[in-house]
Amino acid sequence: MTTSESPLPGSMKIRISSEGDTLTLVLSGRLDMNTTGSLWRKTQRLLQQSQVSRVVMDMSGVSYCDGAGIAFIDRFRQHQTSLGGELSVIGLAEKFRRLLDIYGQLGIHPPLKHVRETLSLVEQIGKGALKVWQDCRTLVAFTGELAVTVVKAARHPRRIRWQDTWLVAEQAGVNALPIIILIGLLLGLILAFQAAMPMRQFGADIYVANLIGVSMLREMGALITAIILAGRSGSAFAAELGTMNVREEIDALKTMGLEPVRFLVLPRVLAAVTMTPLLTVFANLAGLIGGAVVMGILGFPLVTYVNQVLSAVTVGDFLGGLFKALAFGVVVSAIGCLRGLEATRGASGVGQATTRAVVSGIVLIAILDGVFAVLFYALGW
Amino acid sequence: MESPTHSDTIIEVRNFTATYGGSVVIDDVSFDVKRGEIFVILGGSGSGKSTLLKHMIGLYSATAGHILINGKDIVTAGEKERIAIMKSIGVAYQMGALFGSMTLLENVRLPLDEYTDLPSDARNLVARLKLRLVGLEAFIDYMPFELSGGMQKRAAIARAMALDPQILFLDEPSAGLDPITSAELDQLILDLAHHLSMTFVVVTHELPSVFTIADRIIMLDGRLKKIVAIGRPQELRAHADDPWVRKFLNAGMVEGRISPNGGLQG
Repeated sequence: MTTSESPLPGSMKIRISSEGDTLTLVLSGRLDMNTTGSLWRKTQRLLQQSQVSRVVMDMSGVSYCDGAGIAFIDRFRQHQTSLGGELSVIGLAEKFRRLLDIYGQLGIHPPLKHVRETLSLVEQIGKGALKVWQDCRTLVAFTGELAVTVVKAARHPRRIRWQDTWLVAEQAGVNALPIIILIGLLLGLILAFQAAMPMRQFGADIYVANLIGVSMLREMGALITAIILAGRSGSAFAAELGTMNVREEIDALKTMGLEPVRFLVLPRVLAAVTMTPLLTVFANLAGLIGGAVVMGILGFPLVTYVNQVLSAVTVGDFLGGLFKALAFGVVVSAIGCLRGLEATRGASGVGQATTRAVVSGIVLIAILDGVFAVLFYALGW
Repeated sequence: MESPTHSDTIIEVRNFTATYGGSVVIDDVSFDVKRGEIFVILGGSGSGKSTLLKHMIGLYSATAGHILINGKDIVTAGEKERIAIMKSIGVAYQMGALFGSMTLLENVRLPLDEYTDLPSDARNLVARLKLRLVGLEAFIDYMPFELSGGMQKRAAIARAMALDPQILFLDEPSAGLDPITSAELDQLILDLAHHLSMTFVVVTHELPSVFTIADRIIMLDGRLKKIVAIGRPQELRAHADDPWVRKFLNAGMVEGRISPNGGLQG
């Protein structure tokens, strides 16, 4: 017979003795969340090596036993069951005994196999391609639905939810003004300053005004407005519609016979379409002011700068930029809404939808900008 | 905790007043919850049941009065004290509130991961046992969205019990469950209360469940913003002074006593 006794933290004590085919554990003290950890580790090796057919747990000294204590006992029970042995728990106070019995009576339920498919490389590529294909189809279908809705709305303007449209216009447009101006100003300053340094060496620093004027009006103004819209409002649309989807509010709309596209998407797209060109005007202006500041520092009077800008840019540049902004506004707001409508699976699904809205928005802006560049070049604008 | 005596008071609510959205919902109420009892909060829609519960678990701060849990005031408690109180209570929310990005096992194991030094396999086993109690051991690897509403609710109760709290708060536990599962849940609550000397504070609408599990009930009236009855449900059903209370307990909801802002709070 071998006996070992070891004190454990807290009031817990364990004495382990083995005799022949019987292993006896004598426990005393509180068997709870705080004490069971060290006990668990202490008996880990013992449990692995133990091949005895009978384990006796004397728990007459146990004053309290909670879920962790029950788990401790259950571990021995599972071990003995797997060996075909036996476990007897003696001396456990009646109220804890009942608890142990409750778990015992429930029986062990092995987890249902949760198949996580392992795919070969070819299958993965195929699946990925299919996903892209489906995504494109959804995009086309959604574009079509939106177009039909717009045509219908143009015929019956009273069916448009104007109140929502004004609200979104305020949130996505008016409230975005400070950040649009800030970024526009920053961009103008940086562009002008970086261009002025090398151009000065050639004595061509007055042409910084041309650079600022053309690049802001044709390209940068619309681009930064669209990217800010994607980050600020595209994500908001996706989060709002995604949450509505998860909470079955979209289903509720459908069963009331209200198409989500007319009811939710159209006001947002309309608001974004009207607001993006307006915001672009402010971005352009802020960029030009940024340029003026740098030019002022370089010693050019404001009137020279203004005249130089006016001689460099045409109304066509300005309108081209605004047209681009309009197109960006459509895709960014529409893709934000689409991603929201696609959202599933609770909180994390909404998070993913929001991320996808911003990423898809920016990717579409890039593609569209490329298309416009080619188009404008071909048309000789 | 070692020798719970049924007369011990575990929660004291004193002169408690709550406002919700600027209007007074509960006006100057006091009551006690005894250790190991199953205490049910009843009342019509909008009577402030959920508001009262959310104050008792420290989510809202009281407008006036005190709520003492194990003698410690949750209204005035500092950050450290508050966490200590929070560890002694478990809450199962109305809609489950399981974390959607974690499996059931991870959901139940989370408090164990954070607050105990149990080895990993011990935490897994404790979590599995809790899920076994609510009949979901087979589903430990499932994500919450893959389960039915009733299963999510049971899992939420398992998570609330992870740390073997002294008090378990359940917000409408059996709503949305089928009668058999609901009855099993009632039995589970009774077993836990009697054998782990766990105290239950339950907000519910289900009268069969009330008569099965409740040691004592309080009834809130949304119009008076007061407790209109307190006591054993069977006695109140037969002998309550207020005829509305008798009618409620005999039949269920009664029109006309729902508060004007009824339906805003469940």
